Amino acid sequence: MKAANRVVITGLGVCAPNGTGVEDFARAIKSGTSGIRFDPALQALGFSCQVSGRPEISRQTMDVCFSELEQRVLASTGIQYGVVAAMEAWSGAGLLPAGESQPDWDSGTFFGTGTSGIDKFRWAIQQIDQQQVRKLGSTVVGQTMASGVSAYIAGKLGLGNQVTTNSSACATGTESILMAYEHIRWGKAKRMLAGSTSDSGPYIWGGFDAMKVCTYKHNDSPQDASRPMSATASGFVPGSGAGALVLESLESAVSRNARIYCEVIGGHANSGGQRGLGTMTAPNPEAVKRCIAQAVSGAGIRPEQVEVINGHLTATAKDALEIANWKQALGRGREDFPYINSLKGMTGHCISASGSIECVASVMQLSGGFVFPNINCQDLNPEIAALVDPSRIPGKLLALDFEVLAKASFGFGDVNACLIFKRFKNG
Amino acid sequence: MDRLLIIGELKAIVSPYTEERSKLEELSEDTDFLKDLKINSANLVDIVLDIEEKFGIEVDNDSMAKMLTVRATVEVVAQKLSGDAGQ
Repeated sequence: MKAANRVVITGLGVCAPNGTGVEDFARAIKSGTSGIRFDPALQALGFSCQVSGRPEISRQTMDVCFSELEQRVLASTGIQYGVVAAMEAWSGAGLLPAGESQPDWDSGTFFGTGTSGIDKFRWAIQQIDQQQVRKLGSTVVGQTMASGVSAYIAGKLGLGNQVTTNSSACATGTESILMAYEHIRWGKAKRMLAGSTSDSGPYIWGGFDAMKVCTYKHNDSPQDASRPMSATASGFVPGSGAGALVLESLESAVSRNARIYCEVIGGHANSGGQRGLGTMTAPNPEAVKRCIAQAVSGAGIRPEQVEVINGHLTATAKDALEIANWKQALGRGREDFPYINSLKGMTGHCISASGSIECVASVMQLSGGFVFPNINCQDLNPEIAALVDPSRIPGKLLALDFEVLAKASFGFGDVNACLIFKRFKNG
Repeated sequence: MDRLLIIGELKAIVSPYTEERSKLEELSEDTDFLKDLKINSANLVDIVLDIEEKFGIEVDNDSMAKMLTVRATVEVVAQKLSGDAGQ
């Protein structure tokens, strides 16, 4: 049997509430810049939570990514974010779209989402209910099918390998990268564009507002609203955007002399089966710990080699439980716990896009030799302080050359995904 | 409405749907939307919706099926416009 391929990351793209494009985003995460703003649309509709994290896309970027005709009918923010991030990752990796006559059979995409084109869907439903189904035209299906985002991306880039959309709630983005890693590892493709996206707006966020899982205590101070690991964390801030990563076999990357950001050395996805303490909305801690432990052992490293963790850490009451799970899964004490951070203090919880945006931030940290600051947790949750020495939860940018980062995401439905990234060394 | 005026409006309507700029410039009654302008067949329904909006008419399914060339489209539009005028 042919040996498994090593898999490296050669391209990054991002569309996040605190920065669109890798340069702006890198600057934002290093400086602890929040992308959370007051959201008048949520206020107008009487939401409890009236702050959100929405990415901004310049007209110039839209014109590069979409034709005039596409822009005229595009009412899916998730597809916009996904395509913008994907095209940045692809060109940043030094890759070009396939030529006109033939697709690139060696490249595909796993690009996840929770739902697609909810604003387009709403408009279509209104037309149908007014007995105007014919007014839907030709663009409703492509934007509202769950796989719309991967279909758009594949069309832009001419991808001829597997093209599909995965969906596992807030674990979606981390899962898509795991799927791409396994696909390349076993020789099914040379390159995969992995990532995920999430729509913006009241129709995607309303259900969370109704569940009272979003904070409603910071409508007057948006940038303080998202408080992972804080004693005053009071729920997450809804966000949106997309993250995209080009995964590639080491052989392919070396052969075309590509820039290598880091290596993916392992990962695992599982579910708590909504048994034990697990439910539709709460994670089964046994499954979380098992997911992390299996990712680490599959990567062929010892748990103590994990130096930095990028957590899921949404700013709810579950943050302390997550820290306890990491601690047990990695067998670490209070003092020797890895550095840990949460991007959500700056971006809010970008739902199905969170995992991929946070993986982009994770890869930037590993390749750039830094740990980005946690914001809004100066008042550290005492339960967390009892578990982990506060020095392990940096509040300022930390320069750190390190080898191994673990990233995990946990989603509704009691699903988990964990990835292990390693600094790249050839040999 | 004069056929030439209708053709002028059609040219503007189909413009965003085609990349065949020179064929568009030469647009005449003989122009075929799919063969000459290489318009994606899925977009034909969008073009009909744009025509309906522009001329304030409603195109039935049977007429829509005929609208593959400029000539056929002009005929449908002219007929609907005169029909409306008679109401």
